[in-house]
Amino acid sequence: MPLETKAEIDYANMGLLRFTTAGSVDDGKSTLIGRLLFDSKGVFEDQLEAIRRTTQKKGGEDIDLALITDGLAAEREQGITIDVAYRYFATPKRKFIIADTPGHEQYTRNMVTGASTANLGIILIDARNGVVTQSRRHGFIATLLGIPHLVVAINKMDLMNYSQEVFEKIKKEYEIFGKSIGAKELVVIPISALKGDNVVEKSASMDWYKGPTLLEHLETVEISHDLNLSDFRFPVQTVLRPNLDYRGFAGRVASGVVKKGDKVKVLPSGFESTVKSIDVFDGELTEAFPPMSVTLRLNDEVDLSRGDMLVHPGNEPRVSNQFTADICWMVSEPLTLKKKYSIKHTTQMVKAMVTGIEYRTNINSLEKEKVDSLNLNDIARVQIQTLKPLYFDPYSKNRNTGNFILVDELTNNTVAAGMIVD
Amino acid sequence: MSTALSSKTLSHLKQLEAESIFIIREVVAEFKNPVMLYSVGKDSSVMVRLAQKAFAPGKIPFSLMHVDTSYKFPEMYEFRDKFIADIGAKLFVERNEEAITAGSSPFKFGVDKCCALLKTQGLLDGLAKHGFDAAFGGARREEEKSRAKERVYSFRDSFGQWDPKNQRPELWDLYNSRINEGESIRVFPLSNWTELDIWLYIEMENIPVVPIYFTHTRKIIKRKNLLIPWVGHIPILPGDEVKDMRVRFRSLGCMSCTGAIESEAYTVRDIVEDLILTRKSERENRIIDHGSDSSMEQKKKEGYF
Repeated sequence: MPLETKAEIDYANMGLLRFTTAGSVDDGKSTLIGRLLFDSKGVFEDQLEAIRRTTQKKGGEDIDLALITDGLAAEREQGITIDVAYRYFATPKRKFIIADTPGHEQYTRNMVTGASTANLGIILIDARNGVVTQSRRHGFIATLLGIPHLVVAINKMDLMNYSQEVFEKIKKEYEIFGKSIGAKELVVIPISALKGDNVVEKSASMDWYKGPTLLEHLETVEISHDLNLSDFRFPVQTVLRPNLDYRGFAGRVASGVVKKGDKVKVLPSGFESTVKSIDVFDGELTEAFPPMSVTLRLNDEVDLSRGDMLVHPGNEPRVSNQFTADICWMVSEPLTLKKKYSIKHTTQMVKAMVTGIEYRTNINSLEKEKVDSLNLNDIARVQIQTLKPLYFDPYSKNRNTGNFILVDELTNNTVAAGMIVD
Repeated sequence: MSTALSSKTLSHLKQLEAESIFIIREVVAEFKNPVMLYSVGKDSSVMVRLAQKAFAPGKIPFSLMHVDTSYKFPEMYEFRDKFIADIGAKLFVERNEEAITAGSSPFKFGVDKCCALLKTQGLLDGLAKHGFDAAFGGARREEEKSRAKERVYSFRDSFGQWDPKNQRPELWDLYNSRINEGESIRVFPLSNWTELDIWLYIEMENIPVVPIYFTHTRKIIKRKNLLIPWVGHIPILPGDEVKDMRVRFRSLGCMSCTGAIESEAYTVRDIVEDLILTRKSERENRIIDHGSDSSMEQKKKEGYF
C-alpha cells in the first residue's frame, strides 16, 4: 500500500483529502499522526535518524513516534503543541493534508482554524477514559465548523485488552452525542496508535472489528458530494485588462457550476449579461466548478469590480447588512459590542460591528449562557451589522459564502472567525 | 488504481494550482507593492508559472527579486537570465555588496553568519530599498518543521522578523492583509505543495528548470555522507576524497552549502520515480539546516523567508 508500488500509479491524478486531528493532552494524537506518517512512509530516513537520536537522549528506546510532529523550539522544550502544524503524506490513492491542532482547552482557536478547511475530522478518545468533556468539545467544534465527515478513533485499545465491550460502550455513547449535536457522518474505529492496530495495518488482535482501518477510511471516504454544485457564486477578486480588447473578471468559483453562455447577474448592481468565455492560461473551458480559479468574460460592458459577485439570476444569495452568526473569539482582548471592526467575507472587506450577543455556548457543558462580552476561545451566537451589504448564504448550505473573519482596526489582528447562520 | 475522480472533482495537483492562483490574485488585489522572490530553483520556476496563469493573457503585474549571494552555481545565473528574458518579466538582483566585498563565506564566518549576512540581510535590504509590502516566497510547509507552522500570509514586523508564537489565525481562504507602514507580509502560495507535487507539476506543465537538477558528471568532494560540489573556494579537509561522480541536486542554493546526491535521473519522469521510492528528505544535503535542531526557526525569526 505505501509508495513502494509505484508502477502504474497516476500520481498526477490523485484526489486530495484535508483532515484535522483533535485529542486531549494524552490521547496519543501525536503518536497517531507519527504512526500514519511512519507506516505510509511519509517520514524520511534522515528525519527518522534525528528522532531516534532525540528518543535516546530522553532515555527512550526505539523511536518515539510522537516526536515526528514536533515543530518549534518552545514546543520541544515544553513537550506540547502550541500552534497548528500542517503535514503531508500520500498513498497511491490520495494525497493528504493534515491540520495537526493542539488539544488543550486554551487552544480552541487552533482547533477552529484546523477545522475550517477540513473535509474530515478525527476525534481521538482514550479507551481507558471513554467519552470525556474534551471529546464532546472536539465533536462540537468540528460540527460547528461544518466538517462533513467525522471519525472517532478509540485509541489505546491495547491497554484495554482489545475489548469489544469497551469499544461498543464508547461507540454507543458517542453516537448518541453525535446525533444530539447534528454530526453528519460518524465512523468509529478501534485503534492502537502505539502498536499500529487498525491505523494502516488491520489489527490481529481485534477480529471482532469488521470495518476499515483508519487509513483505508481516509483513502476511500466519498467527498465529491460535499461540494455545493447547485448554487453558482463567483466573488470577483480582480479585473484583468491587459489591453483594450480584453476585460476579464478573475476569481475562484465558490460554489455551483458556470457554463459558457450562461445568463449571469451582477451583485450588487443587478445588471444581467451572459458568459462570453471561461478563460484559463491554456485556453478556454466550457464550464467551471469549485475550487477552480478562472477568468470570466461577459458579453456586455458591465460595471464590475473586486468584491462584487456573479450569480445565476433566480438563484441568488441573501443580500443584507444584518445577519446572525456563530463566532469564535480568537484573541485575548475581549469583544467590544458596537465597536467598529473590519469584516472580510468572500472578496469584500467592509466595516462591521457586533450589535448583540444572543448567547455563549459553554463548550464543556454545551449549555447556553448569557454574557455581555466574549473572551479568547469563546464561541457565541451574535448579531452583526455591516456598513455595506454582503452577499452570503448560510454556512450550513455554503461553506465558502457563509464564512468570514473579523479584523481589529487598530491592531490589524484577526480577532474572530464567523459562520453565518441566517 | 487511484480512487476514480468524478467529473466535478479536481485532481490534487489542479486543486493546489487553483489555490495558489487564488492566493497570488488576492495579494495583487490587496497590496500596494508586492514582489516575488525568485531564487532560480524549481519552486521558483513553478511559482512564476502560477503567477503567469493568474494574470493571463496579461503579463505578471509585479517584479521578481533575486537575492544573490554571489555563490550560486554558474548554471543558475545562466538559467536565470534566459528564463527571465523568455517570460518578459522585470527582475531586480539584490546583493549585500558590503558583506560580499568583505569576503563573507561560510569558511570565514561560519554557515550561520554567512547566511545571516548574504541571504537574510540581503533580503531585508532589498525589500526595504524598494518599499515592498508583500513578498511571495516559494517555501513549502513540508520542507522543514518550523515551516510546517507557517501561515500562507506570514506577518513580519518592521524588522522582517517572524514571531512563531504570536501568529495571526488563518481560516478558510480568508487572508488578512492588514499591516501598518513599514510592516510586511511574506506570502507562501506553495504552502501545501510537496516536493513530489512540484515535480509532477513541472512534468505536467513542461516547466523549464536549471539543468543541474538532472544527472551530470562533476568533480565532487566526498566528506562523510556529504557530496560537496568542488569549486575553487572550498577548502579540502583531511579525509576528503575528491573525484568525478554522476550526481544531481535535489535543491539548489550556494555552491559551498549545497550537497549533491548520486543519481541516474535524466528526465523529470526519472526524478518523479526516484522521489516515489526515496527514503531521504529533500533537505538532507542542505548544509544550511544542520547548525542545530532549530536553525531554520532561528533564521526565520531573524527575517529569513
